[in-house]
Amino acid sequence: MTAANLQAGNPQLIATDEERTLFTIPGGVHPPENKQQSLNSPIVAAPLPGKVILPLSQHIGAPSLPIVRVGDHVLTGQLIAEGDGYVSLPVHASVSGTIVAIEEHPLPHASGLSDLCIIIESDGKDASIPMQERPDYRNQSAKSLLDIIREAGIAGMGGAGFPAAVKLNPRAGCSIEHLIINGTECEPYITADDILMQERAQDIVAGVELLSKILGEPKDVVIGIEDNKPEAIATMRETVKNTPIQVAVFPTKYPSGGEKQLIQILTGKEVPSGELPSSIGVVVQNVATAYACYRAVRYGEPFISRITTVVGEALAEQRNVEVRLGTPLSDLLTFNRVNEKKLSRLIMGGPMMGFALHSAEVPVVKTTNCLIAPTKKEMPPSPPALACIRCGLCAEACPASLLPQQLYWYARSEDHEKLESHHLFDCIECGACSFVCPSNIPLVQYYRSAKGKIKQQEIEKEKADRSRQRFEFRQERIARAEAEKEAKRKARQQAALEAKQKLAEAKAAAEQHSEATQQANSDDAITNALAKTQTKTTDPKEQQAKLERAVQSAEGRLQKASARLVESQQHTPDKNDKFAAQVKQAEVRLTDAKKKLNDFLTSTNFSTNTSGTSSTQTQEAQNEADKDKERLRLEKAINSAMNSIEKTQARLAEADDEKREKFEKQLNAAQERLQKAETKLAEFMNQLETTAAQEKLQTLQPATVDAQPEPDTPMDAASAAIARAQAKASARASMSEEEKLKEQIDGLTKRLSKAEEKLAAAIEEGSDKQEALSLGVEKLKIKLQQAQQQLEDA
Amino acid sequence: MALIKQSSPHTRGQTDTTKIMQTVILATIPGILTLTYFFGIGTFINLILASAFCLIIEASVLKVRRRPVGFFLKDYSALVTAVLLGVALPPYCPWWIIFIGSLFAIGIAKQLYGGLGYNPFNPAMVGYVVLLISFPVEMTRWPAPTSILTDSQSLPGLTDALSLVFGFASPVLLDGYTGATPLDAFKQNTGLMADNLYASQAIFREAHFAGAGWEWVNVAFLLGGLFLLYRKVFTWHAPIAMLASLGFCALIFYDGGSNTSGASPLLHWFSGATMLGAFFIITDPVSSAVSNKGRLIYGGCIGIIIYVIRQWGNYPDAVAFAVLLMNFAAPFIDYYTLPRTYGHTQSRRATDKIDTSQRR
Ligand code: SF4
Ligand code: SF4
Repeated sequence: MTAANLQAGNPQLIATDEERTLFTIPGGVHPPENKQQSLNSPIVAAPLPGKVILPLSQHIGAPSLPIVRVGDHVLTGQLIAEGDGYVSLPVHASVSGTIVAIEEHPLPHASGLSDLCIIIESDGKDASIPMQERPDYRNQSAKSLLDIIREAGIAGMGGAGFPAAVKLNPRAGCSIEHLIINGTECEPYITADDILMQERAQDIVAGVELLSKILGEPKDVVIGIEDNKPEAIATMRETVKNTPIQVAVFPTKYPSGGEKQLIQILTGKEVPSGELPSSIGVVVQNVATAYACYRAVRYGEPFISRITTVVGEALAEQRNVEVRLGTPLSDLLTFNRVNEKKLSRLIMGGPMMGFALHSAEVPVVKTTNCLIAPTKKEMPPSPPALACIRCGLCAEACPASLLPQQLYWYARSEDHEKLESHHLFDCIECGACSFVCPSNIPLVQYYRSAKGKIKQQEIEKEKADRSRQRFEFRQERIARAEAEKEAKRKARQQAALEAKQKLAEAKAAAEQHSEATQQANSDDAITNALAKTQTKTTDPKEQQAKLERAVQSAEGRLQKASARLVESQQHTPDKNDKFAAQVKQAEVRLTDAKKKLNDFLTSTNFSTNTSGTSSTQTQEAQNEADKDKERLRLEKAINSAMNSIEKTQARLAEADDEKREKFEKQLNAAQERLQKAETKLAEFMNQLETTAAQEKLQTLQPATVDAQPEPDTPMDAASAAIARAQAKASARASMSEEEKLKEQIDGLTKRLSKAEEKLAAAIEEGSDKQEALSLGVEKLKIKLQQAQQQLEDA
Repeated sequence: MALIKQSSPHTRGQTDTTKIMQTVILATIPGILTLTYFFGIGTFINLILASAFCLIIEASVLKVRRRPVGFFLKDYSALVTAVLLGVALPPYCPWWIIFIGSLFAIGIAKQLYGGLGYNPFNPAMVGYVVLLISFPVEMTRWPAPTSILTDSQSLPGLTDALSLVFGFASPVLLDGYTGATPLDAFKQNTGLMADNLYASQAIFREAHFAGAGWEWVNVAFLLGGLFLLYRKVFTWHAPIAMLASLGFCALIFYDGGSNTSGASPLLHWFSGATMLGAFFIITDPVSSAVSNKGRLIYGGCIGIIIYVIRQWGNYPDAVAFAVLLMNFAAPFIDYYTLPRTYGHTQSRRATDKIDTSQRR
């Protein structure tokens, strides 16, 4: 094999394995395999751990949501955290016992990161929930099988831990032709899949058949195994007899087991950059995943234990262990009789791609396929890096046909553009380049940090773009609102001026003729007035319609508010699913709010109606007599209300910004924000009240306009009567106004006391709502004062 | 328990830079021995002086640049440069020639550009070319191979050699051992038919397939090069491309031996610095192209340039010029010869803008 052919990146036919054509991948290395030491004994079950630490994020996707509380007693296999959305997985208790904590705990992670974990203290009984066996699972639909796999919490067990059910459910439009089962295990040291294939081939094959069924029986189902596992190959070959499943064997070379590389070896196809394998009709699953899927479907076993290779010369026992998820690694090391003095590092995963751990106090997770405890002699610390001599060995080793030395060059000079044009993001971080580099340059480390930096920059840029957009939108909106307000104010002023003029004219006319029509019957006046009221019976209906319209617009606004909530959630698409639920909650609350609003409006309606019927006359008269004063007063009220609307809206917008920031940072903040939004909604309702008042004013204004022509009619007894009625009514009107104000004050005091209660509660809880609530209380107080003032004035 | 925190991979291959450099030096041994066999002790003196000068200069520059001296000396790269310079210089050349060569090779071409890995030009060749241009007389004074020395001639012994090198030699002595190299002889030929030329010149008369002595020197370097290929110190691309293009050009202009004919491919392959250049100079990874495709182009162009200069230029040999010229072009070649990455439909030029959205 010449390097040139490899370099060209064209897959080449390397062998015809029985009925299958195999291809080769460019590059690759042959690190010492070190597999034999862990294959000397069969799979051993680790003792039940005294305590398990179950991280909520053991898979790719949204972290699970805990559904248990500290102090709860749980059984083995019991669901303790739910998957949060589509790309997420549930977590099950891996032992029976008591939940002792739900807290941050170090994870098995290169950076020693901590995250939320559920910690269970075992009661030693290992009492299990009843498992639902499904001997007839073959009759189930693909969808229900997928649901079972999802609910069993199965993540891809070979690598990153992508939820198996998601991978098995490719996007619509991708027809799957190849189901590839990865039994390659190309990393040195790891033998977990090897031994699983040797010992549990039946279940694996049943699992492969199951996966094939879920994917609609792809025409090519193949298990790929490297030729350094002769026993596993023999067993698997034996087991797949009489099934359509093939076993393909190919020469050992790292990283043949990389998903993209395996696809290339078995199909000759390459996954286009940035796409998923399903885009070329391929689904890859690990043998252990197939096994776990079968156990889950057939025996109802949730994913609570896995086989992990525990190996390294610091251990007296090197073997494959079946271990409960969440078992602290220190337990596992003790079980394999570690010699702490000799232990020089601790690696989770293989020596090529695994990561060094900071401590042994982290748990086994769903993706833990290997734990290496080497001595210093076995894995000496890497010598200091020399200068890159551009020998090109790295380029020859790279399975992705990249130019690692150029990437290294650009990574050092932080030339991100060049990095991307040299396809940094197609680097699979396999470590082959670092492995061969004669100058010991930690190339992969450079690539990782460069990738991180580029991603960070992109996120920041996106964020900046978004906030700029938001700012612009907001400016625009404020400007628009200003303009509208200004226009309305002008219109109102105009109307008021005209009305004043006309009223003055009318008054003058009425005074002139009042003496002449003194003896006119007041009864007549009343009948007249009544008649007029009757002719105006449509008015309450009109009012009602207007109020209904107000309700509608209020609803619209509410919807917008909820839309805004949704939008703010969309800015963090990866957390979408989590928020979806919360949005729903928010919607429920919003509907609630709407109902309340409706109630509020009905009551207003009712009161207007009653006042409309009981004292139509009065009102009419009042309208005519006091319209000016009333309007001015209402105008004032409305202006202040509108100001407060403006202010609140501005505040809301600002709060949104803050919220979005928080969204991006924390999930927990979401709930707080929702609560805040609720309080804001309450405030919003206050505003609606004001709006209703505004509407009232609007209905009054036409009435005023209607009333205007009357004084202009020829002066007769009727008009005199009207004038008298006006005078009389004005007294009553003032009365009714007082009543109204009193009513208003009553309502306000009630609300105020309620709000104060809430505030007190919030202060006690020390919740975030405090501020919003105290603001609301303040406002109510001001309103109340205004109302009282008005009452006094009246 | 103090655990080592190191990023993956946690295991590494057996090759390291020091070992590679040592292997390269090892592979020059057959060549050095053959040179010594045919030209006497002079090559050894060259090597010793060049090594001493190069290491001293490297150490002092590192010191001035405040770099860890021992750490960098241990990578053996200065020694490789010294060896290549040493075998390229004519034996018995004055010590200051070697000193100036070393100064330009290590001090200017390597360290001034930032040290190992950063030098755009092959240091040994820079040193060589500077000398060739500045001191053409000293630089073209090659001894005649021992197999064709006339009765009156003999290679200098150790004392004579030292006195030649350190400058107390009488000029008479010089004529006692020098002679034209095969390429010189061919270049100076005017009007003789090739057969006549071969018959008239001892250097061809005594030869088996190219030029006396030189053919074996080249064979020895070829063997060393094949050893390096076998040890995977470099890929075959550049050397094979260079030899192929050189041979191809020679074939085109070789008409079987008229007086206007070029030299035969065999003469080109096994004369002068051809094999040394093909396997030890142009394979210097630092100053060559990075991708295999690029190395094919790089090597091929060097072969053509060597032929052009040898045939029509003013110098009998041209490896150093050709290498330096192509060192200039290497970054340019790199730009247009990026390999096709997995998952991309075609290879792309490094200058292309990339659509970053495609990866998400
Ligand atoms: S293997 Fe190391 S020294 Fe060689 S080119 Fe690559 S990065 Fe440079
Ligand atoms: S780590 Fe990246 S650059 Fe290095 S060999 Fe693997 S894919 Fe190529």
